[in-house]
Formats: sequence, structure tokens, C-alpha cells
Amino acid sequence: MPGKVAIVAVAQNAGAESKDNFYDQAYVVTKEVLDKVGLNRDDLGTIVSASSDIYHGGISCANSYYWETTGGFLKNASRQDGESLFAFFYGVMRILTGYYDSALIIALCKGSENPENDACTLMYTDPFYTRGIGLQETMAAAFQMRLYMERYGITEEQCAKVAVKNLGNSLGNPYAHRKGRYTVEDILYSERIIDPLTAMQVAPKSEGIVAVLLASEEKAKELTDKPVWFKGYGSSLDNYYLGDRDLLDGQLKNAAARAYKMAGISDPRKEIDLAEITEPYAFQELMWYEDLGFCPKGEGGRLLDSGVTQKNGDLPVNPSGGVLANNPYVSRGLQRVVEATLQLRGEAGERQVDREVRTALAHGTHGFAGQCHAVAILGS
Amino acid sequence: MAKEFKTIKTEIRLPYELAYGATWTRFFEGMENEIIYGTKCSKCGRVLVPARSFCPRCFVDTDEWVETAQEGVLTAWSYVNYKYFGQPIEPPFIGALIRLDGTDVDFLHLIGGFDLSDFDLVRKTVKNGMRVKAAWSNERKGHILDLKYFEPV
Repeated sequence: MPGKVAIVAVAQNAGAESKDNFYDQAYVVTKEVLDKVGLNRDDLGTIVSASSDIYHGGISCANSYYWETTGGFLKNASRQDGESLFAFFYGVMRILTGYYDSALIIALCKGSENPENDACTLMYTDPFYTRGIGLQETMAAAFQMRLYMERYGITEEQCAKVAVKNLGNSLGNPYAHRKGRYTVEDILYSERIIDPLTAMQVAPKSEGIVAVLLASEEKAKELTDKPVWFKGYGSSLDNYYLGDRDLLDGQLKNAAARAYKMAGISDPRKEIDLAEITEPYAFQELMWYEDLGFCPKGEGGRLLDSGVTQKNGDLPVNPSGGVLANNPYVSRGLQRVVEATLQLRGEAGERQVDREVRTALAHGTHGFAGQCHAVAILGS
Repeated sequence: MAKEFKTIKTEIRLPYELAYGATWTRFFEGMENEIIYGTKCSKCGRVLVPARSFCPRCFVDTDEWVETAQEGVLTAWSYVNYKYFGQPIEPPFIGALIRLDGTDVDFLHLIGGFDLSDFDLVRKTVKNGMRVKAAWSNERKGHILDLKYFEPV
């Protein structure tokens, strides 16, 4: 890489429904992240935001409504629709041009205001064919879950255990929307909305304005004594039509391989100390373990059972509670970067893991059954 | 239940008019005539269904049209038992992927033709790998649900 890029500050708001409006919330979070390092709006180099018109209720067009809340007006700045980890990488690239010494990445989603996620993801379908069948993200995930269990002998109990772990972890996360001590039975006997998925294995819809402030190496030294370094990134997108894809052989392993190559990682299980991943459906955390190279194919359930991915394990996954605990749909990928950063800096409070964290992974996914994946590697 | 704070309820309704294009037009003419059309890629030889104008993998035109079999194997399914906004079909219903005989991708559609009200019975009846065949509506109008569903053979 031509230079180094650091995360110098992060900020986020709480996921539960609030009475604040979208516009003011975005300003508060932007102000907070800039104030943390004493950066003035005028000195901010560039901004990349992530949002989605489907989720933010058709208030104006793209970023035009909220633009000044991000400090973006009159600046050379942009907006990404959908997965916010993409916006993170665009910000990194802007710094690497050498023309900007700081970049604000901000993802905006206020889930309490939008219709249920399934109504929004129904709009991801094409109006000719798949919308007529009523396909949405949860239906696609239910197809994938049954196939995964049948192919590899994964049990419903193992899938439910992911929710038990993550909702337990989120008890320590003041920003999390859903939290609590549950049993496997609580999860399995929640409403059977779309077999084999039950309601508590499906992520909620949450609020999330999430900000990450990036800086060049030189500027980072000026702004913080605890920089977190960008090490690598990869993404991959599969075919649009679900029937063209192998739902058990998706694109995460490609995205991860690209990120690992950029970061110089050859043995992810040993070299990664912590992962914050996007698991909108409980069983997907097990599949993603495999695709990220944390265990062999089909052994995600066994890895969870071994305790390795628990908060006090050797490779903690989602100590924040992950997306099952907090799901601001568009912002959830960038929120994984925020949580990984807090862990690398030792600033995660009650959710700080026991082990030392020097290299962390953040993962985002959008679309049906993981059509699109992005992976970022960060290091202290 | 009323919220403790003031909110405004709003919705967006905008009329769009989208072109089917040549490939969907012919595919849906097929639906009207109880035909499921696919197209074959001359490079990899795969039969893609529904029909489309190019092979995403080889990135070449697929101009050979194929009438696919009306029977195949169930490859994935889920029992949908809740309501969501915009849902085109009353729950409960079964969304499914079906590999039609002689084709190389899965076709998204529905499973039906039996009592769906008893979920335990459904779980006993519907299995990945089972043979299914197309059941057509008597009133067809060039829509994906001209094909009512696939039923167990």
C-alpha cells in the first residue's frame, strides 16, 4: 500500500427506538466523533456516507437531506447506497490518494422508523419474477438454513446457541437494542415465523448512526496516541438470482481471501484475535466462521460448541452481541468496525474481551443469503 | 399503541412503468401457454431458467430457447407463516427452489396442492429431494403465478 490509514475516533448511538429525529441524531454523532479528536469541520478533508433510500423513508434524495448534518456541505464528498463497509473502504482510498489527511465515514439508518425489514428487502426483488413469489431476505435465509443443517448435520440447537451467546454478550453493550439471558429453548420456541427460523434467530430493526474518523499516518499522530490501523479489505458479490447460486458455497470466502491477502494473513484462525461479524440470522454466524477460515467447512457448530468464540474464548466473535442484538440495517457493517476498534483500543467497557487484541476482523453482508460480503482487517 | 412522543405516519406511492424487454416478454408468453422457457448458453452448455439474454458466468448471449421439463426436484424450501407488508400471497405458503429436469440452475416458485394449515403435516410431507410437478391456473395472464405452484408427484 502507498501509505498507512488510521482510525482515530469512532462514535455511535443506541439501537433502541428513540424520539430524536434522523437529522438531529446524525448531527450529534458527527459532532461527537470530531470533538473526540478536536477536529474542526473546516479541517475535515472528505466524507463518505452510507444510507439507503428504501430504509430512510424517501426523505428527499440520497444524501441531500442529511448532508449538512455530516459536516459535508460544500465539500468533495460522496454517498454509498447499501453496505456501509464499502463506504469505509472508499474513505480509505480517498486518504490514500494523498489529497486528504482526514475522512469521515458515516452510516445512517433509523430502523425504528422504517417498515419491517422483510417489507424493505421484498423491494430488493425484481418486479417481474421474484417479487410475485414474495421473496425477501428472511425467506432466502430459511432456505439456506435448512440446506446447511441437512448437508452438515448442524442442529437447530447449535443455531439457537448463537443467539444465546450474542444476546448474552449484548448485556454488556449499552448501545445494543436486544439483550438478555436466554436458553436454547427460549430461542427455539419463540414464534416459528418462517420454518426453520424462529423469531429470536432473526435480527431486529434498530437505529444506528455510526461514525468512523480516518486519518493519514501523519495526521493520526497529531490527533491520537491510540491509532487503529487499516490492514486489508476485500469484497465479493454473487449473482442476483437466488437459483443461480450455491447457497452453501457463497462469496464470503472470496471476500475474506482478498482481505487476508492485503493484510498479509495466512492463518486467520491463529492471526485474528477477535471478529465482529454480521449475522442477521443466527445460523449464518456458524457458516461465516467456516467461510472466514476459522474452522473447516461444516464445523461451525463444533467451533461454537468448543467455546472458542465466546467472549472469554481464544477467538471471541461478536462480543458486542453482533447484529442479532443490534441491527441498523445499512449501518451494521460499519458498526462492526466501531466495535472492533473499541476492542483494539481496550475501550470496549463491559464488553471488552479477556484476551489481548492486536488484529481484528470486521464483516458486513447485504442481500439475500449473503449475496454480497465485505471484510476489513484492522490492527493496533 | 400510541407512542410517548409525536410521530408522523407517511408512505410513498409512486407509479412506475417498467419495460419487460424481449426475454421476459417471451418468458411470460410461455407462462400464459403453460410453457416454462429457459435459455441455453452455447459456451458452458448450461440451461438457465427463467430464460435470460446472457449467461452471467460466460458473459455471452444465450440465444437458444428451451422448453424446460415441468417436473423436477425440490432443492430448498421454507414455510412462511407470518405477514409482511407487500406480501403477494396469503400465508401460510411455501417458498421453494426447484431444479427442473434438464436445467442447471434452480427455479424460484411455490410448493402447494395439499393442506398447508397443519405445519407438522407439512414438515412430514415436504422434503428436499422430493419430486414435484407444475400445476397451472385456469386463468392465465402472463404472470409468474399463472403457474400456481409445484405439487408433490
